[in-house]
Amino acid sequence: MSRWLDDPLLSVEGLTMRFGGLTAVSDFHMRVGRGDITALIGPNGAGKTTVFNCITGFYKPTQGRLALAHADAASTHDVDALTRSGRRFASMGGRDLFLLERMADYEIAARARVARTFQNIRLFAGMTVLENLIVAQHNALMRASGLTFFGLLNTPGHQRAEAAAVARAVGWLERINLIGRADDPAGALPYGDQRRLEIARAMCVDPVLLCLDEPAAGLNPRESAQLTALLRSIRDHDGVSVLLIEHDMSVVMQVSDHVVVLDYGRKIADGAPQEVREDPRVIAAYLGVDDEAEVIAAESEIARLAGEAP
Amino acid sequence: MAAPTAPPRSRLQTALGDAGFAALVTFGLSFPLLAFRTEQDMQNRLVVEPRWSWSLAAVLAIFCARLLAGLIQDWRARALAIPGALVAIYGGSLALGPSFSAGALTACAGLVLLALAFPLDARLRQAPAPAARSEGSDRSRLFALGGVLALFLFPFVMLTLLGPAGSLKWINNYGVQILIYVMLGWGLNIVVGLAGLLDLGYVAFYAVGAYSYALLSTTFGISFWLCLPLAGILAAFWGVILGFPVLRLRGDYLAIVTMAFGEIIRIVLINWTDFSNGYAGISSIPRVTFFGVPFTANEDGFAALFGLEFTPIHRTIFLYFLILCLALLTNAVTLRLRRLPIGRAWEALREDEIACRSLGVNTVNTKLTAFALGAMFGGFAGAFFAVRQNFVSPESFTFIESATILAIVVLGGMGSQVGVALAAVAMIGGTEILRELDFLKHIFGGSFDPAQYRMLIFGLAMVVMMIWKPRGLISTRAPSIFLKHKRAVAGSLVREGHG
Repeated sequence: MSRWLDDPLLSVEGLTMRFGGLTAVSDFHMRVGRGDITALIGPNGAGKTTVFNCITGFYKPTQGRLALAHADAASTHDVDALTRSGRRFASMGGRDLFLLERMADYEIAARARVARTFQNIRLFAGMTVLENLIVAQHNALMRASGLTFFGLLNTPGHQRAEAAAVARAVGWLERINLIGRADDPAGALPYGDQRRLEIARAMCVDPVLLCLDEPAAGLNPRESAQLTALLRSIRDHDGVSVLLIEHDMSVVMQVSDHVVVLDYGRKIADGAPQEVREDPRVIAAYLGVDDEAEVIAAESEIARLAGEAP
Repeated sequence: MAAPTAPPRSRLQTALGDAGFAALVTFGLSFPLLAFRTEQDMQNRLVVEPRWSWSLAAVLAIFCARLLAGLIQDWRARALAIPGALVAIYGGSLALGPSFSAGALTACAGLVLLALAFPLDARLRQAPAPAARSEGSDRSRLFALGGVLALFLFPFVMLTLLGPAGSLKWINNYGVQILIYVMLGWGLNIVVGLAGLLDLGYVAFYAVGAYSYALLSTTFGISFWLCLPLAGILAAFWGVILGFPVLRLRGDYLAIVTMAFGEIIRIVLINWTDFSNGYAGISSIPRVTFFGVPFTANEDGFAALFGLEFTPIHRTIFLYFLILCLALLTNAVTLRLRRLPIGRAWEALREDEIACRSLGVNTVNTKLTAFALGAMFGGFAGAFFAVRQNFVSPESFTFIESATILAIVVLGGMGSQVGVALAAVAMIGGTEILRELDFLKHIFGGSFDPAQYRMLIFGLAMVVMMIWKPRGLISTRAPSIFLKHKRAVAGSLVREGHG
């Protein structure tokens, strides 16, 4: 019963990212199940954000293939055919298939419909909360405004599209309890609200995959609980798959359906949260070596050194 | 007595009733004013002469206008119908008078425009109702309308107060000169203020526009009205040419490359003498005409045609209105674009380019359109500059011009249309006022020329400004859309952009 194996939305194969001599991620494989909340965890510097940046196109991977299939899982045959064709994306057998490693960052958001948030919040601070959510619907509005020409004349079609965009934004503001602050600048919101707004903004892109880089960082326990509820509703209500990087283990264990653990750029565990939590390699890498064992080792070392001394 | 359920009156009935009432009122008013004329006859007696045709014409005109206004209610459809009706009337009068065929053709074209307004109105009326207006918007709208009206009346007021000779300086040196810089400031505001791309070579597009008109008109004899859009298109093209190499640059690097671009254009104009005649420039560029009627003292000149006494101020006033309309066009387009996805994308780009890309905004296209549109308005201003001076040379397009325009944008408050206009008035008007301060000669001696100190004064003013109002005259940002309340965004939250 593992959706990430049966029906992967995104499959990452052999992802390697080198920065000069430093290999941040090496030969990394993972699958993101359709309709799952997948957590990517690991100690600081393990290469989680690098994987994120490769998926969302902000880095061009040194090696590897990142195949994303809308609607339902693509066959290996189709993915190979697309890889050989040299194209970035194609519609094969009625489903849209994307090779993310070949696409530019904005194309990944606009065409492959992968939206993301950032570790250090990147809202448009000088624009209002509502404007932030409207900018996220740029491509749909751009089409409705006839690449600005119809928009200049303010045609009914453009007006309807703008009204629909505002309605969508209002819907999201109600869900994240920010409707009262719609006309305030985003930069004036408290930190926790900014985090939620950034998630709502990413959701306004109308994604199939939402990538969240440490969404719970800096949140108090109450806000963390709200976040957990929001992530669940995004999965269940909107049917959007979520991939998140997170250090807050309580959040990870509560919401995720699937956990992937990275350490020093390599995958060390992959499975359901319960399995991963009990994996000795994860405990060793992520939580450090057991305290007691460490103390015993240190004591025996001291005893050995003391015995050697004349 | 009244029918229990009166059938709803159709739009036509309502409009007819309304128009009939308006016609009745017109008749009542025009009856004593227009329908009679007193004249002295041979015996010096005052006799009343009936002039029913005038009254009838007024009644008919009001009836038709009111009927059309009742039937066509959307302002955009009216914008189509009014010129259509005017063209039809002009064509009709032409057909009755000098040339029947040309007049009939014009009248038909006008009637077609008028006819098109009806289906357009019907379509537009089905559109959803616009969102609620903010509390302050009516007042600011009134203020803007008053300002525009004052600008339109300015030359006439000056003319009546100071006469043709005395008002020339005010209309030309203050009016036209300031408006050129207002327009340039508004054009650059798109690139620097909205998109946050620091452009130190804006004068290049001004030069492209000016040389476009100069060369096209002197070489091929193309009229100004055709050259004006061409100059804009050519400048926009050069904007894209500049945009491509600087797409990946930010901050200081962007500023240096744009500055170099401005210098390259100028140096090419100096050295490519076959093309641009080098330092000598291009002279005897055709002067502006009143839609084909030249401003000369001849019989077929503007003054003779309208039965006025010839004075050179007519051309200056026309130039004033021309640049006023161009500047207002720049402003209207910019304000509209700010409320469209492209304008919001520009501002989002200024706020955070990475976030823009994560939301699927094509930053390449967004930057290029900003460069192209900003350049286009620079090109329009350049063509106007050439037709005003009827001489262009590379001397007019030095780096100091770019710096002045940028200073206007920064001083005004980046992104604020009103601020930019105020800064242009202060900077360009300030220079002109320095020339007026002759009384200072009595204090500092005869050789003192205050205009020589303008750079010093501007430098000081800039330093003072940056201490007291570091974000410019108008530092707040007006949101492009709002749900309930339109609240300005504090300047400290708005980013200046990365370039």
